[in-house]
Amino acid sequence: MNLLDVIGPVMIGPSSSHTAGAVRLGLLAVSILGESPIKADIALHGSFAQTYRGHGTDMALLAGLMGWMPDDARIPEADIYAKQKGLQYNFATIDLGELTHPNTVRFNLEGVTGKKCMVTGSSIGGGQVCVTQIDDFPVELSGKLPGVLIVHQDRPGVIALVSGKLSEYKVNIAGMKVFRTNKGGTATMIIECDQMVSDEAIKALRAIKNVESVRFINNVL
Amino acid sequence: MINNKLSLETYIELAQKENKALYEVMLEENAKEMDTAPIALQAKMQEMLQVMKESIDFGLTGVKSHSGLTGGSAKALTEAMKGPQYKSLLGPLAQDALVYSLAVAEANAAMGRIVAAPTAGASGVLPGVLFALKKHRKLSDIDLQKGLIVAGNIGIVIASRSSLSGAMGGCQAECGSAAAMAAGAAVSMLGGTPEQVGHAVAIVFKNMLGLVCDPVAGLVEVPCIKRNGGGAMQALLAAEMSLAGIKSFIPADEAIDAMKEVGDRMPCALKETAEGGLAHTPTALAWAKKYFSK
Repeated sequence: MNLLDVIGPVMIGPSSSHTAGAVRLGLLAVSILGESPIKADIALHGSFAQTYRGHGTDMALLAGLMGWMPDDARIPEADIYAKQKGLQYNFATIDLGELTHPNTVRFNLEGVTGKKCMVTGSSIGGGQVCVTQIDDFPVELSGKLPGVLIVHQDRPGVIALVSGKLSEYKVNIAGMKVFRTNKGGTATMIIECDQMVSDEAIKALRAIKNVESVRFINNVL
Repeated sequence: MINNKLSLETYIELAQKENKALYEVMLEENAKEMDTAPIALQAKMQEMLQVMKESIDFGLTGVKSHSGLTGGSAKALTEAMKGPQYKSLLGPLAQDALVYSLAVAEANAAMGRIVAAPTAGASGVLPGVLFALKKHRKLSDIDLQKGLIVAGNIGIVIASRSSLSGAMGGCQAECGSAAAMAAGAAVSMLGGTPEQVGHAVAIVFKNMLGLVCDPVAGLVEVPCIKRNGGGAMQALLAAEMSLAGIKSFIPADEAIDAMKEVGDRMPCALKETAEGGLAHTPTALAWAKKYFSK
């Protein structure tokens, strides 16, 4: 957390976790989807589920899905704009278990070209957010830095090849997490970078042996 | 996520060792961490102060919340104080801190534009204390920028050791943290030593430990708005004691750790879920039922 996380953001009230954080989760979900959503099933867990109406969490999530920032004065009427834009949405509540952060949302999004994506994320206080799952893969993504999500086969050397390729393109790794389903099975890497990752670099990452897919996720903060 | 525990004592010792003001070591540290120039961060603080000022002015117009539950108390208090028969209990400085903090909290509940410092729910405390001191102690914009840097770093330390979120730690983590930040800012702006900043922070937590987050109908309105006023008063109280040389037996870092422990042990019903405390009183439940059936 830095100075501007604590003294800020400038935002529309009333709740940094339930309003501003929710806008950012919407923004980050769209960034992960990689295109504008036309359909959004939104499931709310914990405190989000209990108090979303009063905090305008629903409006804030829609605002984020439409690409608005947390200080956008239109947030209180986001549902009206969403309908005008033809964004189909639906809100439901969900129980993701006691270990899940109380301010958690799960989006099932469909984009303009038919791309689909499931994103689960939490608003962890003061407007800070953390995406914890993309489709079936556990991740940790704050939206503060550009990120790369790589799905690959769990084989020796893949991580070295990926980090080597990033260094070739002068991209510095700020943080990296690796998960796998089982030994030798499918694994994921989530890498937060200090620099933008060019299309060319993404293409080069895709060409690495045992890499199944590479997704670039732009920062939203 | 990297979450190294930071320490206010470390900052204080560093300032003492290098014979620098607390804001100076903090600003240098932030600029380095954020890869930016100190002057750029100060400019950013000035932008935040501008939004704070605007949110005070917006709140003072007597805004009402969307739910209709709250609003207008900052304006009403200002008008009452102008009456010829009115005898203030607090005195001019604390009075203004109270009015300003209520004004921003009411602006927030009305979905106005505010600075979440550290959170939206507790956004009234810092502007209340900063702008009351600006007016009554003739502080400059630059003094306030420095105060905000100290406040922000106290918040960073709290976030790393505990939490700034009501859902995680109760209201002690929101209005409590805001008051601790404001108290530290006040002490440093008024010429207190780095050590005195630490004592002010510790004194606030001593007085606000255990405060639960129990918003009626889950809205950031009751009791949040008046608690912002209360937080501003706690900040002034702690700053007054600390500037007079009164020390806290428990050091700031440990008081923050105690806040975390209390927050962890606090039941979920008292952490922003609107299932306990004031939110669970007959009056609150009856109002919430009516509100949600609309």
